[in-house]
Amino acid sequence: MIMTAFKALLSHWMRKPGQLVTLVVGLSLATSLWTGVKAINAEATASYDQAAATLGQDQLTQLVRADGERMDQQTYVDLRRAGWLLSPVLEGEVRFGTVRLRVLGIDPLTMPPQAQSVGLAGSGDLLEFITFPGLAYVGPETAARLVDQQTPPLKSMKGIPPGTVITDIGQAQRLLKVPGKISRLLVWKTQIQNLVPVTAIASDLVLREPGQASDFSRLTDSFHLNLTAFGYLAFLVGLFIVYSAIGLAFEQRRSMFRTLRALGVPLRTLIAVLIAELLVMSLVAGLIGVALGYLVAAILLPDVASTLQGLYGVNVSGTLAFRPSWWLAGLGIAVGGTLIASAQNLLQVWTMPILAPAQPRAWATAAARTRFWQGIGATVLLVSALALMMFGQGLIAGFAILGTMMLGASLALPLLLSSFLTLGERLARKPIAVWFWADTRQQLSGQSMALMALLLALATNVGVGTMVSSFRQTFVSYLDQRLASELYVSGRTEAEADAMRAWLQPRSEAVLPIWSVERKVAGQPAQIYGVVDHETYRKNWPMLSAVPDVWEKLARGDGVLINEQLSHRQKLNPGSAIALPEEWQSQVLGVYSDYGNPIGQVIVGFDQLNQHFKDVIKLRYGIRVQPDKATALAEDLRKQFDLPATNIVNQADLKKFSLDVFERTFTVTTALNVLTLGVAAIAMFASLMTLAEMRLPQLAPVWAMGLTRRRLAVLEFLRSLMLAALTLVAALPLGLALAWILLSIVNVEAFGWRLPMYIFPAQWAWLGLLGLLASAMAAAFPVRRLAHIAPSDLLKVFANER
Amino acid sequence: MSVRVFLMLLCMVGAAFGQGFAGLDQKTEGFSLPLAGKALVYPKDHGAHPDYRVEWWYVTANLRGADGTDYGAQWTLFRTSLAPGGGTGWSTPQLWMGHAAVTTGTQHFVAERLARGGIGQAGVGLEPFSAWIDSWQLAGKVAANADAISRLDMTASGPDFSYALQLNAKGPVVLQGLNGYSVKSAQGQASYYYSQPSYDVSGTLNLPGGTVQVTGKAWLDHEWSSQPLAPGQTGWDWFSLHFDSGEKLMGFRLRDAGAGFTSATWIAADGRPEAQSPGSLTVTPLKTESVAGRTLPTRWRIELPAHGIDVTTTALNPNAWMATQIPYWEGPVRFKGSKSGEGYVEMTGYE
Repeated sequence: MIMTAFKALLSHWMRKPGQLVTLVVGLSLATSLWTGVKAINAEATASYDQAAATLGQDQLTQLVRADGERMDQQTYVDLRRAGWLLSPVLEGEVRFGTVRLRVLGIDPLTMPPQAQSVGLAGSGDLLEFITFPGLAYVGPETAARLVDQQTPPLKSMKGIPPGTVITDIGQAQRLLKVPGKISRLLVWKTQIQNLVPVTAIASDLVLREPGQASDFSRLTDSFHLNLTAFGYLAFLVGLFIVYSAIGLAFEQRRSMFRTLRALGVPLRTLIAVLIAELLVMSLVAGLIGVALGYLVAAILLPDVASTLQGLYGVNVSGTLAFRPSWWLAGLGIAVGGTLIASAQNLLQVWTMPILAPAQPRAWATAAARTRFWQGIGATVLLVSALALMMFGQGLIAGFAILGTMMLGASLALPLLLSSFLTLGERLARKPIAVWFWADTRQQLSGQSMALMALLLALATNVGVGTMVSSFRQTFVSYLDQRLASELYVSGRTEAEADAMRAWLQPRSEAVLPIWSVERKVAGQPAQIYGVVDHETYRKNWPMLSAVPDVWEKLARGDGVLINEQLSHRQKLNPGSAIALPEEWQSQVLGVYSDYGNPIGQVIVGFDQLNQHFKDVIKLRYGIRVQPDKATALAEDLRKQFDLPATNIVNQADLKKFSLDVFERTFTVTTALNVLTLGVAAIAMFASLMTLAEMRLPQLAPVWAMGLTRRRLAVLEFLRSLMLAALTLVAALPLGLALAWILLSIVNVEAFGWRLPMYIFPAQWAWLGLLGLLASAMAAAFPVRRLAHIAPSDLLKVFANER
Repeated sequence: MSVRVFLMLLCMVGAAFGQGFAGLDQKTEGFSLPLAGKALVYPKDHGAHPDYRVEWWYVTANLRGADGTDYGAQWTLFRTSLAPGGGTGWSTPQLWMGHAAVTTGTQHFVAERLARGGIGQAGVGLEPFSAWIDSWQLAGKVAANADAISRLDMTASGPDFSYALQLNAKGPVVLQGLNGYSVKSAQGQASYYYSQPSYDVSGTLNLPGGTVQVTGKAWLDHEWSSQPLAPGQTGWDWFSLHFDSGEKLMGFRLRDAGAGFTSATWIAADGRPEAQSPGSLTVTPLKTESVAGRTLPTRWRIELPAHGIDVTTTALNPNAWMATQIPYWEGPVRFKGSKSGEGYVEMTGYE
């Protein structure tokens, strides 16, 4: 009996393959976007974990200095001589030519077994490893990037995280220019008896337990949250499709349910069979979705990887692994989503009286009640969005505002449309017009899900588009200020850089050192730059707020400048005291904008930089010269010092490079944006297709009264376009609100910079056109069918049972 | 025993980088070679010789608790050069390895340490003499005019044991071989080798069962060389014997496919050494046991007819297995026969 019932239920899909396709396509598309995002995030997380697990940091306790600075090597020797079993690690960033890498210096002789997961064994010569120029162990991906760069002899080895170099600690000290320094000590799990406490030997050291969150995952949280939000949005839009398709399938099979029940199929069996049917369909759609998601992720991942590298300096593998964490989750969300979307319908079947009229009622009767609850829901959501905006804090609150606002607005959409249609109906005088408005309103509940999906997609498009364009505009003018020097040059060695400086001095207007160190400020990684007192900075630096005579004071060493990110995160403003590394207490003189940089930055006077830090990287200079002479000077310099092309960059190239990084950052966002719009278009198409079928009973009487099929088709087409256009109009303010939240709340929390909002009406026009076009295309097929429908089909409406 | 340590040090490097015994055929280019007839100068030659490939300071002690229970203690510092030359800093090619052990009748405690030279984690200093790796030390405690190693404080600790022993020499430093030039094979491989075999020892052992006050005798070897094993030599058996009558004997056999190469030094009660001609010492395994999955001799017959010696050794603990990166057997023995006494035996290269 179960099989028979199952077959009977399935026969519906045989008769309506279009519906089945809609359902499967909608569900698998939604799953694919969600899974794709999940896969990208999983890959990135895996890369962070791999980096964190390098040298057993996920298993071993470590000793670090409480202030985050590097310790003296002698501290390590003292602790070893007191009996502590420890192994030193030096960590830092080194630029090999144009490639910037994380260098890990190790001592192979004292490494705890847990730290040897890197597997240096079996591949090398200890003498070569520890003596100049050393050996640099890198992963195959990194090795490929280092071709043609000046590095120590390379050894490629699997298992080393991308962007990481493992070398001997002595060679690392040389590469990082920090002789006698150690970043941290790995603590062996087995120690001798009766040890002297660490603090008795080195009071400034603290224990760091294994597996504490790395800087990477904290830094990149916002980025991944962003992606996740997009994934959920896409899935939500997809669920709307599933909801419409399943609702329709249930409505159309009401008579079948009744017949099956009347033939003796118990209610429980019927429900069980229906659930089984849903499970099978959602599993199939889920599998397709996961496969598509893999494709989406594989295509987007290289861009994500380069974004993370460019934006955060963290390295993520560019190749995608097939991890259960995301494909299982993808299947799960497909099945779970389907069950949620069909819960209401299942409930209806459960409570349906066995002798109920088997009329497909096109969802019309309950519309008023539904609208009431939608109104309540929309109000609650919008009010909470407002409350969150006033009282919420942090990135999660930012996204919560987005979520509640978008959902609330989409729930409010049918109300809004219905009010508009009621108004239209009142103003209409002629019978056809009155019928048009009334019928549209009646149709609204059937199409509202698709329209809500369209609203979400369009609003997101407007919002994200506005954000990206505002960002771009701000960024371009910011680059003009920030990159004021005509040429940027870097020497391969300090001696060469020095010689270049001497050579350039008489041939240019100014040679401005770009010297820096990387330290932790307020516990977070930060760059510290030293600047000379020069009008280039006075004229151009993008200062947001500052004390009077800021540049004079900076040159005198009275204080420092900080970037907006640092100011925001540490609540530092001009006049605030700031604690800098090496026990240097100073005060903030000014705050400047520093877009595109996720980490803190401090600018100090040139002399102060060199007084306080011994490991200053003294390789780069900005050159001021007459713009028309820049190219010639660059060529002379290149010849004079036989420099590789990458060591001399002119302003235009640097700007282009910065903009490229910027564009790449938003490639993923844009791609997801377009895909979401695609899903929404399919939702429209699906709902119109299915409605067309059900609408025959409504159209047949009008046709019988004398309206031609052609006229009816035109009216249907206009109706679709009008609903789409109304949704477009509603999407605009919603999109702008979204952009405002992204720029003023989410970006500030995620990156620490606030951006001015610009509006781009031309973009809206394009988007509106695109939206209308999509709706027109979605409507075209059902309308065409209506225009050519056989009159007998319309007549059947009166003959058949309804 | 340059051969033994040489093997070990190469393995130690190998163990860190997985090359195993592949380095055994390394050439000696650039390293100094021992020369016969060169006089040793103290205290300078108590220190390290970075121009030689391998070197070690090796102390073995036969100890006794107040209740008469026998114990053994070992303290060893090895040095190896990956390339000639000393210097300071991480890129110094000098590597150091420490082994420490305590043997009881039923247990054998072992610890091992590795360190880079050039940063102060391990090394040997003079005036006062001090050999150290991490917290393990062999620290000289002597007046200015006495020999730098005549009084030593010896300490080491592992996860489950530690010891602190005071060593007090009752006799002179003894030159092995030909005035300190010790030949290791018929092909002429040799080392510089001297011993201080006459320490009286007192101190404490800290074992899981509690602290034990001990007294006894200790023997120090200091040896350095640059030459690899002769081809075909697979391992050795080494003996240091304290006779109850006051004399001492150092002897070793380097094993090969044939009869092997033996060498010995007879040390009179007043500390005067008498080098024995190669082959005059005979050592014969009498009983083998399974130790750490290998078959090892645990009783030896030792014959030196020139001095009327014919004794049989018995291991205090047949399981005195050094489960270090390069494993070997090292433990205290007692012997009986023409003379009685105690000593240490070392056996390597048993696979």
